[in-house]
Amino acid sequence: MAFEQLRSSRGAQIVLGLLTGIAFGFLLQKGGVTEYAVIIGQLLLTDFTVVKVMLSAILVGMIGVYAMKAAGLVRLHVKAGSVGATVIGGLIFGAGFAILGYCPGTAAGAVGSGALDAAIGMIGIALGAGIFARIYPRLDRSVLNRGMFSAETIPEMVNVRPGMVVVVVAFLIIVILLLLAMLGF
Amino acid sequence: MFEWLLMATWSPYIVGAGIGVLIWTTFLFSDRPLGASTAYAKTAGMVESAISRHNAAKMPYYRKFTPTIDWQWIIIIGVVIGAFLSAYLSNTFTILVVPTLFADTFGPDPAVRIAVALIGGILMGIGARWAGGCTSGHGISGALQLSVASWVAAICFFAGGILVAGMMFGFAFS
Repeated sequence: MAFEQLRSSRGAQIVLGLLTGIAFGFLLQKGGVTEYAVIIGQLLLTDFTVVKVMLSAILVGMIGVYAMKAAGLVRLHVKAGSVGATVIGGLIFGAGFAILGYCPGTAAGAVGSGALDAAIGMIGIALGAGIFARIYPRLDRSVLNRGMFSAETIPEMVNVRPGMVVVVVAFLIIVILLLLAMLGF
Repeated sequence: MFEWLLMATWSPYIVGAGIGVLIWTTFLFSDRPLGASTAYAKTAGMVESAISRHNAAKMPYYRKFTPTIDWQWIIIIGVVIGAFLSAYLSNTFTILVVPTLFADTFGPDPAVRIAVALIGGILMGIGARWAGGCTSGHGISGALQLSVASWVAAICFFAGGILVAGMMFGFAFS
């Protein structure tokens, strides 16, 4: 596979990680999603900036990643999920999302824009991650593997060629974005 | 081009497309999806290691997510720098502790906002690692790979968030 040397160079990857983070932070700030009011506005369903950014990223990212995968340039990195891990963890995350008003990436972006409450939030997220690491062995034995999902990807789940699923999902995303615009969001 | 960098906000579609292209590069050059919450787990692991290297080395979670400075960790430092550059260039960098919307509902006391942000952050940190990712790792990177777990996680992030935000601020459509 191409880029093998670059991918295995520790130093180059740290530089790439920093550059990737800078580009990501720049985009998040320009998108306005590092603002508390924009995130809370999304959760109150009065401002759809977050959903527009996410769906546009999914649309463009999906087409590129699946095209590169078909060309043998990249491989997918999907994790298996379960009711016990994905649903319960997702709902806990959602509660934190509303209470903090930033997410792990946008909190860092908000700090860069001058929001000091987001810095407290970042400390909280690291504390929460540390708490999770402490209770992980117990959770792993009890709840995390309950109700494992039968498939890792949507194409596997519906047993349809990935290319077809990409076309259908791309179409649905465009329809949702158009509907949001038509509804005046 | 330069004027464009000075603008305070870009269209959310342009920003989203930019993030999509950025993720092409992370797959191509680093063989990784873009995510933010792993960096926090690594940071927690660094703190555990600083307290007791022996105990941290025994914790199974930090064998999965090693507490080292690497691609995944430095991302979050980059995000702070990138957002600062954007805010500085557009002259929107503003130091604040209590966002206006929060102050309107819960008052302007910084101590209240700090306590709420800390509690929210802790819940978010637990939830992100519990679910195996956050709004970027699951919500964007995982969803664009058509991962079942990521779509379920993203729906749960918003379901939980909409419910709790509604309880805090009042449901807009009720």
